[in-house]
Amino acid sequence: MNYLADKNGFYGEFGGAYIPEMLYHNVKELRDNYKQIIDSEEFQNEFKSILRNYVGRPTPLYLAKNLSDKYNTNIFLKREDLNHTGAHKINNTVGQVLLARHLGKKRIIAETGAGQHGVATATVCALMGMQCIVYMGEVDIQRQAPNVARMKMLGAEVRPATTGSKTLKDAVNEAIRDWIKNPEDTFYIIGSVVGPHPYPKMVARFQSVISEEMIVQLEEQCGKRNPDKVIACIGGGSNAAGAFYHYINRKEVELIAVEADGLGIESGKTACSTQAGRTGIIHGSKTYLMQNKDGQIIEPYSISAGLDYPGIGPLHAHLFKSGRAKFLKAADHEAMEAAFELTKLEGIIPALESAHALAALKQLSFDKKECVVVNLSGRGDKDMETYMNVE
Amino acid sequence: MSNNELIEMSRISNIFKEKEKVLNIYLTAGYPKLNDTVEIVKELDNAGVDLIEIGFPFSDPLADGETIQESSKIAIDNGMTIDLLFKQLKEIRKTCNIPIVLMGYYNQILYHGAIDFFKKAKEIGVDGFIIPDMPVEEYEKEYKSLFIELELDMIFLITPQSSDERILKIDASTSGFLYVVSSYSLTGSNNEISDPSIEYFNRINKLPIKNSKLIGFGISDKNSFDTVCQYADGAIIGSAFIRSLKDSNNLKKSIHQFVKQIRS
Repeated sequence: MNYLADKNGFYGEFGGAYIPEMLYHNVKELRDNYKQIIDSEEFQNEFKSILRNYVGRPTPLYLAKNLSDKYNTNIFLKREDLNHTGAHKINNTVGQVLLARHLGKKRIIAETGAGQHGVATATVCALMGMQCIVYMGEVDIQRQAPNVARMKMLGAEVRPATTGSKTLKDAVNEAIRDWIKNPEDTFYIIGSVVGPHPYPKMVARFQSVISEEMIVQLEEQCGKRNPDKVIACIGGGSNAAGAFYHYINRKEVELIAVEADGLGIESGKTACSTQAGRTGIIHGSKTYLMQNKDGQIIEPYSISAGLDYPGIGPLHAHLFKSGRAKFLKAADHEAMEAAFELTKLEGIIPALESAHALAALKQLSFDKKECVVVNLSGRGDKDMETYMNVE
Repeated sequence: MSNNELIEMSRISNIFKEKEKVLNIYLTAGYPKLNDTVEIVKELDNAGVDLIEIGFPFSDPLADGETIQESSKIAIDNGMTIDLLFKQLKEIRKTCNIPIVLMGYYNQILYHGAIDFFKKAKEIGVDGFIIPDMPVEEYEKEYKSLFIELELDMIFLITPQSSDERILKIDASTSGFLYVVSSYSLTGSNNEISDPSIEYFNRINKLPIKNSKLIGFGISDKNSFDTVCQYADGAIIGSAFIRSLKDSNNLKKSIHQFVKQIRS
């Protein structure tokens, strides 16, 4: 089976570009040019140099001994939390801002939920002297004040999305509307492996640096290229796409995606799109998404703002349907427990999103000789208020 | 009978044979009140509108501007659903013969089972569809033969950024009329019709387009309606009409006033 996108951006039955004609030209311009630009030596040199010298890559692959002892196996943490701006998001924004510059665009727009992608975009725009406008749901602006302040200090304009449920999906809608109105000079940086083709494919490629490094680091540390399991959390799914990327066609590697289950699927307050959703179209892509009984897209719930998206990227929908990846879910309280456990055992405060991946450790059984990688996608500074409010 | 002849017979195509300066008014089903849909369509018909576009409201209407987004949200909050839309359409068709185009987003159609959805709509007396996020390619592959069989029209959009080649491709897939988006904008933008828009209308008019053309987006009053009618077979007014309903305490009066003001 082929797990990669075909020429029209379909992963099996998922993906594609379900966009209004007003966006056709913008998306076509990107689709016709992105691959050639990204493949060029000039682009690759710039991209790699910024990732190394500015972002701080490669990020360590750290054998977490205390955590390993507890689960009686070998657990490695891929330390994406040590990237500049505190999460994996910046891998993608460096790539896309560079691409925008190659396309001659002057104005960058982005959406953000928790604010991590917005901060990463504002950061790279400051570095490269580009105008930056970030759309953020009015509700998220209120609950993520520190990231709003960071974006503003970095010179970005934060525009509230006041329509619909006033959260991430509405911020995406507003960003897309901005792009429709400004087709000539504007580049839209999507923060996850979602949206119309070629975004899912392109974002996965920029994030693939995560598993590219893992292969080399694992070989150095335990003499083999393949881990037995790779575990990553999934909202839209960009960190999971990056951590899975180079292993997708290596069947011996078990891929495990962990969705946010909020207060539990029975409560209806969940962000578990594969179980609570069904096939539909969101933001230009066919995938699993959460909808009501009339096909209206509904608001997901998770304690973690970064996993709070009603769909998943089409690559992941395909990995789920084909059975290539195992999908687990972790509720709010399980993620919280896992965050405190890691902090206590290893002295690392994870982001709430990454804590969902860690929560899967309790649900799995391991062999003592196994080699397990958990993608620690971000650090927990932004979540301190949530952590402090729990006893 | 050939497919072309079938399409010729559609209620929408007939309008373009019979009338000049075709006026198409858009409304959101379930707005301002849940059960206003029936009365609004009937009064628009009585007031002399030629064609009616009924939007079935979606939670994430990507191609729409603020006014229609807001009317969609209110309609959903009012309790608008696809089932209810079909009931309202049945009621409308008891007395009203005006061509009706349904406008909505692909997700909801998929959710209700696309083929059943289209068949049921046709049965109730819907004449055509506008589905902004359905790609032409998907329509050709999945639905075109069904639309021809059912004698339903499928209306696609073109924009100032559509190349000549793309416009002709879209025109070939379209029946009923071609929806000409006036500028780089969303519905409800209230600009004067600009010079670049007029250049674009002139460009389109040099192309061998088979369909009639209606210009939409940014048409709000008599002045803009008359202007764009010089370049096409008519125009679509949506947001300006929705705004006129917003504060109305007498729908019938507001609708007649609105149409009269455009047609005067």
